[in-house]
Amino acid sequence: MNAHAPQPAACDVEIRPERGQRAVFCGLTSIVWLHRKIQDAFFLVVGSRTCAHLIQSAAGVMIFAEPRFATAIIDERDLAGLADMNEELDRVVTRLIERRPEIRLLFLVGSCPSEVIKLDLSRAALRLSQRLAPEVRVLNYSGSGIETTFTQGEDACLAALVPGLPEATEADDDLLVVGALADIVEDQFARLFAELGIRARFLPARRAERMPSVGRGTRYLLAQPFLTDTARALEERGARRLAAPFPLGAEGTTGWLRAAAEAFGIDPARFDTVTAPGLRRARQALAPYREKLSGKRVFFFPDSQLEVPLARFLAREMAAELIEVGTPYLHRAHLAAEIEQLPGGTLVVDGQSLDDGLDRCRAARPDLTVCGLGLANPLEAEGLTTKWSIELLFTPIQGYEQAGDLAELFARPLDRRARLEV
Amino acid sequence: MQLTVWTYEGPPHIGAMRVATAMEGLHYVLHAPQGDTYADLLFTMIERRAKRPPVTYTTFQARDLGGDTAALFKDAVAAAYERFRPQAMIVGASCTAELIQDDPGGLAKALGLPIPVIPLELPAYQKKENWGASETFYRLVRALSGPPVERGPVDGRRRSCNLLGPTALGFRHRDDLIEIRAILGRLGIAVNVVAPSGATPADLGRLGEADFNIVLYPEIARAAAQYLEKAHGQPFVETVPIGVGATTRFVEAVAALAGVDPAPVLAGAPSRLPWYSRSVDSTYLTGKRVFVFGDATHALAIARVAAQEIGFRLVGLGTYTREFAREVRAEAALHGIEATITDDYLDVEAAIQAAAPELVLGTQMERHVAKRLGIPCAVISAPVHVQDFPARHSPQMGFEGANVLFDALVHPLMMGLEEHLLGMFRDDPEFHDGAAPSHLGHRPSDGTHAVGRAPAASPLAPAPAPIRIEGEAAIQTASWAPDAEKELKKIPFFVRGKARANTERYARERRLPLITLETLYDAKAHFSR
Repeated sequence: MNAHAPQPAACDVEIRPERGQRAVFCGLTSIVWLHRKIQDAFFLVVGSRTCAHLIQSAAGVMIFAEPRFATAIIDERDLAGLADMNEELDRVVTRLIERRPEIRLLFLVGSCPSEVIKLDLSRAALRLSQRLAPEVRVLNYSGSGIETTFTQGEDACLAALVPGLPEATEADDDLLVVGALADIVEDQFARLFAELGIRARFLPARRAERMPSVGRGTRYLLAQPFLTDTARALEERGARRLAAPFPLGAEGTTGWLRAAAEAFGIDPARFDTVTAPGLRRARQALAPYREKLSGKRVFFFPDSQLEVPLARFLAREMAAELIEVGTPYLHRAHLAAEIEQLPGGTLVVDGQSLDDGLDRCRAARPDLTVCGLGLANPLEAEGLTTKWSIELLFTPIQGYEQAGDLAELFARPLDRRARLEV
Repeated sequence: MQLTVWTYEGPPHIGAMRVATAMEGLHYVLHAPQGDTYADLLFTMIERRAKRPPVTYTTFQARDLGGDTAALFKDAVAAAYERFRPQAMIVGASCTAELIQDDPGGLAKALGLPIPVIPLELPAYQKKENWGASETFYRLVRALSGPPVERGPVDGRRRSCNLLGPTALGFRHRDDLIEIRAILGRLGIAVNVVAPSGATPADLGRLGEADFNIVLYPEIARAAAQYLEKAHGQPFVETVPIGVGATTRFVEAVAALAGVDPAPVLAGAPSRLPWYSRSVDSTYLTGKRVFVFGDATHALAIARVAAQEIGFRLVGLGTYTREFAREVRAEAALHGIEATITDDYLDVEAAIQAAAPELVLGTQMERHVAKRLGIPCAVISAPVHVQDFPARHSPQMGFEGANVLFDALVHPLMMGLEEHLLGMFRDDPEFHDGAAPSHLGHRPSDGTHAVGRAPAASPLAPAPAPIRIEGEAAIQTASWAPDAEKELKKIPFFVRGKARANTERYARERRLPLITLETLYDAKAHFSR
C-alpha cells in the first residue's frame, strides 16, 4: 500500500541494551496529563521539594488553574520517625479533602524519597480509604524516578486501578481500550468501534465511578506502548491482550483497529467500509508531509517508549531513514508487531548512556533529532534540528484524524530551519 | 509535611546548579535518582541556554539500590573528569541520595583526582534554592580563593573590585551586570573578577587581588563576601542598586571605597525616572495602593522605588526568603504595615486580597493571583517564566534599570490622561468602567466589568477603621434613595467606591435609615476634613 516504504525485515533489527546516565523524566510527570483525564481524581505526591519543583516545571502555567495535584513535602521533622509521618499524611489528606469535596478518587503517589525511607503508602491508602469511604477512594502507586521513567507513571497508576475494577459478567463482551487518550481521540475511536459493531470501553474512564469492568474473557487493546504492569494486572484478572501495532499513522491505526475487528469476528468487508473514510483522510493529510520527511535521517533519544512506534510510522509512512531509536524500556512482546515492521538494519537502543548517545548523535549529524527539552536547545545550538519529545505526549496524535498532525510535529522544525534566514 | 502546589524556590541542589551553570571550567557531579535531570530544562528552556548545564547525574534506579550506589557515584565522578577535564569539581547529593547516605565528598576524594574537588552539604529537607546557591558559592570561594594576597600600595593605583552574586537563572542578572560594569567603568574602577557568572575556578583564585567586593545579590553572595572580608581583608558594598536613590547611594559607597569622585557618574540626569515621575501625567500615580512580594533583595528595593520614587502607597510587603525576614519586617514597619513572610502562595493570595491593592508587584505566582483577582501586576522577582528572560536589554539595576522599572511599574496601570478621560466621559461607550488600559488589550466581555468593579469594590475603600457598633440596627446598611444613587454614579469610578463606603459609614454612624442626596454631600464634607 505504500510504495515508498522500505520492506519490513524484522530479523535485521538490532536491539542493544545500554546503561549509564539517563536524561529522562520520572513517572511523577505523567500526573500532568492523567489528572486532566480522570476528572474527579486528585494526585497527592508524597515527596520532597524536588518533586514539587519538578511537577511545577513540567506543568508550566497549568499549575494555577486549581489543579488536582499537589505535593506533601516531607521535611526534617517527618524524617525523625515513621509513626509521626503517617499522622502527618492523614492531616494533610484531611485538609485536602475538606478543601476539595468534589474529589472521589485520591492517588497517593510515591516518590524516590518516600520509597527510599520505605513509607508504606499502600497501608496509608487502605487506612485513608476506610476513613473517607464511601465518598473518596484512596489508591497508591509509585511515580518515583528509581522505579519509573516518564510514561511508566501512567502504567503504575492504571495498574493500581485494575484490582478495584468491577468484575465483568459473561454478558459483557466489550472491548477494553487501555491507556489515556485525549478525549477527542477517545471519542473518535469509540465511534469507529461502534460502527464496527464493537462495544468499547476505556481505561482510564473520565470519572472515578465509571471505570470499566474486567473479567475472564475480557479482550483488551493497548492504546499506548508503556503499559507493562497494567497489562499484567489485567491478565491476572483473566483478560487477554489483542496483539496489535499502536494507533499511530494511517497504517498503525488500521492495524490496531483490525486486531480488534478480527478478534470480535467482524466481517472484513464491513471493516473496510468503516475504516475507508478515515484511512482516505489520513493518507490525504499525510501526503504533503511525506515530501518534507522523505529521506530525512532521524535520531531518537529515549523518553517515553513511544519511540519505536513513532520510528515505524516515520520510516514506513513518511519514508524517513532511522539512525538510532532510543527507548527507556523495551517490552518486546507488546512491541512485537512494531519491531517486525521496522526497516532492516534499524538500531534500537534499550536504556541510555547520555554522553555516549550524544557522541553517536553528533557523529551521525541527523536531519532531525527527537529528544527532551534538556537536550533540544543545546543540540540546536550545535546546528542540529530537534523535535522536543514531550509534545508527543500532550498532543492528540493517535488515530486517522490526527495522522497529519503527527507528521506535522516532525516536519515543523525542518520547515522552520528552512525558513529562518538569520 | 507541608501541602504544596506551588513552590517559590527549588531544592538547594538547584541553587548549586545555578552557580555551576553560571561558571566555566567547573563540573558538578550530583548523586541523584533517575528523573532529577528535569532541572536541566530550567536552564535550557527558561533561560534559553545554548549549552547543557555542566552537571553529571548518577541517575540511580531501584535496581542499583540493592548494589553499590557508592561505586556508581565514584564511576560517574571519574567518567565526568575524563570527559570534561574541568579545573575543579563540586560533588553532592540531591534529596534522595541524602537519604541513602553515600558520602559524595569522601568518595570523590578517594579517587585522588588532580583537581580540587569540593564537597557540598546541602540539607534538602531544611533548606532551599537560594540557600543552596549561597552555600555553594561560599564553599567554592573558601576552597579556591587561596591564601591572602599582598595588594600593592593604594596611592595613585587604579582600584579594582570583584562583582559577586550573578548566577544562571537569575532574574535580569545578565543585564544588571552590564549596567554595573558601565558605572564602574565611568568611575575608573577596574573589575577584577565577576563571579559566579562567567568565572572559572582559576578566576576564583584571583579574587583576593581586588581591593574590595560588590555584593549585587545578598541572598547569593553575602556569605562569600563576609568570608573574603575575613580572609583577604576586603571590605564590601552591599547596597543593592535598584532605583535612582539606591543607585546613587551605591555609586557614592563604591566611590568612597575606591577613593574616587562619584560626581561624573551622578552629574546631570542619569535616569529619566525622576522627571517622568514628576511629569503631570504621573500625578495619578500618587498614593496608588501597591503590594510588593518577591525575593528579599527585589522586594525591599522595589518597595522603596514604589514608595519614594513613584509615589505609590505601600499596602503590602513580603518575601519568601526567610533568611532576610528581619530586614523585610523592618522595612514594612516603616510603612505601618506588617510584612508577609511565607513560602505558601495561598497565604500571599490571602494577604493580597486583604490589602486590596491597585497594583501587585511580585513573582510569576503573584502575576497569576493578580490575574485571577483582576488587579494589574508587574513581575519584579524570581521565580519567573521564560518571558522574563527577555531578548532586549532590561536591567533592574543602575540608572537604566530605573528607567526600565518606571515603565514596568506604570504600564499595567491606566495612564493618567486615560484614567482622567474615563472619569470625564464614563457614559460614552468607549469609556466605561470596565475598560482595561488601552495598551493591555481587552478582556473577554462577559457582561460584568471585572476591571472597573475590582477597584470600586475594594481597593479604594478606606482601610477598615474600628467602628463602634451599637445594637443590631447599626449593622444594617442604610438604603440609597434613587436620586442619591444616581448622583453617586456621576462620581468617577475610581473614587466612587470610596465615596460609597464613606457615605454608608456616615449614615451608619448616624443611624440614618435612608441615604439621600443630602447625606451624600454631608458625608463628603465630613470626610474631607
